[in-house]
Amino acid sequence: MWYLCYFLHRLLDYRLPEIEALAKLHGYSDGDKVGQGLQWKQAPDHHPDSPFYYVNLPNEGIARKVATQSLLLKGMYEVWGEGCTHEELKEAVEHYPEEYKAPYLAEDTTFKIVIDCFGKILTFNEQSARIESVSYVPFKGQVQLKKPQYKFWLIDIDGKAQQNGLPPLAAKRMYFAREIGCSDRSVVAKYELSRRKYLGPTAMDAEIALLMAHQALVKPGKLVYDPFVGTGSILVAAAHYGAFTMGADIDIRVVRDGKGPNCNVWSNFKQYNLGEPLGLIRADNNSPPWRSDVCEIFDAIICDPPYGVRAGGRKSGGRKMLNGKRDAYVIPEEMRKDHIPSTAPYTLVECVHDLFDMAARLLVMGGRLVYFFPAAREDCSESHFPKHPCFTLIANSEQILSTRWSRCLITMEKSAKYTEEMAMEAHQKHLDFKDNHTQLLEETREKGSLHSLVFGPTEALVGESQNLLAASVGINQLPPEVRAKYRGKYV
Amino acid sequence: MRLLTHNMLACNIKGVTKGFPLGIEHTRLETKESELNADFLRHIFPKLDWKAFHEAAQSVGVNNIPDQVEPVMLDDDEFLRKFHHALLEVHLEEGALICPETGRRFPVTKGVPNMLLNEDEV
Repeated sequence: MWYLCYFLHRLLDYRLPEIEALAKLHGYSDGDKVGQGLQWKQAPDHHPDSPFYYVNLPNEGIARKVATQSLLLKGMYEVWGEGCTHEELKEAVEHYPEEYKAPYLAEDTTFKIVIDCFGKILTFNEQSARIESVSYVPFKGQVQLKKPQYKFWLIDIDGKAQQNGLPPLAAKRMYFAREIGCSDRSVVAKYELSRRKYLGPTAMDAEIALLMAHQALVKPGKLVYDPFVGTGSILVAAAHYGAFTMGADIDIRVVRDGKGPNCNVWSNFKQYNLGEPLGLIRADNNSPPWRSDVCEIFDAIICDPPYGVRAGGRKSGGRKMLNGKRDAYVIPEEMRKDHIPSTAPYTLVECVHDLFDMAARLLVMGGRLVYFFPAAREDCSESHFPKHPCFTLIANSEQILSTRWSRCLITMEKSAKYTEEMAMEAHQKHLDFKDNHTQLLEETREKGSLHSLVFGPTEALVGESQNLLAASVGINQLPPEVRAKYRGKYV
Repeated sequence: MRLLTHNMLACNIKGVTKGFPLGIEHTRLETKESELNADFLRHIFPKLDWKAFHEAAQSVGVNNIPDQVEPVMLDDDEFLRKFHHALLEVHLEEGALICPETGRRFPVTKGVPNMLLNEDEV
């Protein structure tokens, strides 16, 4: 059955993967192939960023559950008719099979009509006129504005609107549809970081953390692990959906102390009455302290690894020691108790390799690894991401940071058992990936840090032809119409 | 730190081959009640090293865990309750984990084990 998805106009690249993950979570099965996904349909004259998509779901029950849990969906609808004009719409609605319509128009029902217009705000009079325009639908029930049994939507697309000089996202079109379910975003407000007691510099935004939990197929009773737990912002979202959580961090101040007895990782869970993590440990992802035969224990691993854009990663062992410039410092016996071990920078490539190896071993079959990966905007395609023979790529959602740089939320599913051979093959893939990344690493070295590379001003901020002009007057003095414009991935 | 975490951890000092199970030294234990989730216990059961779990339970004073177990026992509510208590309700708040091979102490403070290695151990 095809349902219309009307998305919110935000986090554009996250929208379809979220629906696919939620459909799987609520019982839609992939079929034979891992990561096959759902069938999608779009009107031919719609831009990929358009908020209107049709999705094929097995039944209304799944559609309702997906819509209710989704954060990026305005609503999910059964379309009774669509058209470019009121006349076309009327004809389509009248031709929609009677048996589908009758139960919702019956005498003992209550209903309301919602008027919506994408790209334009309608006045009260315009709205009333539009409600009048669907008078041909033979409603027999009672109008009830608060909590009606059924909601009908008359959705209009204002196709003419040009935005920021860019072509419209969707052509003029009208839909008359019955609402199956709509999203409840109050959960985003509940977990907003501004109300969180204990925060760190890289605490994950509540909405993104909840979306990550969706991608990881988190549900009650699952065990979720975050190897870079920090203040626990990702695990809080997972715990909201009923998961048991575990976390590790190399920084003992974060996992153990926080900012006092009532302001630490544990208190972040108490604040929302969520189950506290089953375990927090201080450990280094580069030499993880897991028993050698522990395997397939976590249902999902969700993390935002430290790549050095906002926070740099560290691993055990001094820099000079790892470079071979100096032998390991042997700590005198009397100093051992309170010794603070030195650490060395932890590069992107190493970090990903360790993460994959750990995830391949510790995830259950079908378990998901969800993580952020930084990439140059032109490299945000499948071929540029690290690969592992145990994993199948499920989704890749780009979030644009600057004109040149993005971070991608990558969802992978464990589709093969971890064996010695797999580990060998993975190592080869890792070496290939490392070679491909030398360019990025060299650029990083030149710039000093990944942070200055990502956020520093570059010539790529303006189009080729404006380079000279920009250089002479500075980017902010350019008149707005000359500045490079972008809206999303497909523009 | 719960015994679940203890059961997953090992000493990973370079060259150590038998870093499991870690001995438990405790100066403060706490018991916090939590809700029993039978499905979770059934999922985690086959992943545990039962011998190590049994020993660890004894070293924190929980003596009602059988040393031999069969998966059918997971249908017994009484067993599940004991299992749940030992695995998830007993917390090692202050103490240390001891490597069976080298005797290295990994301190546990405020319920968080510090598994980070020193420079000469990596």
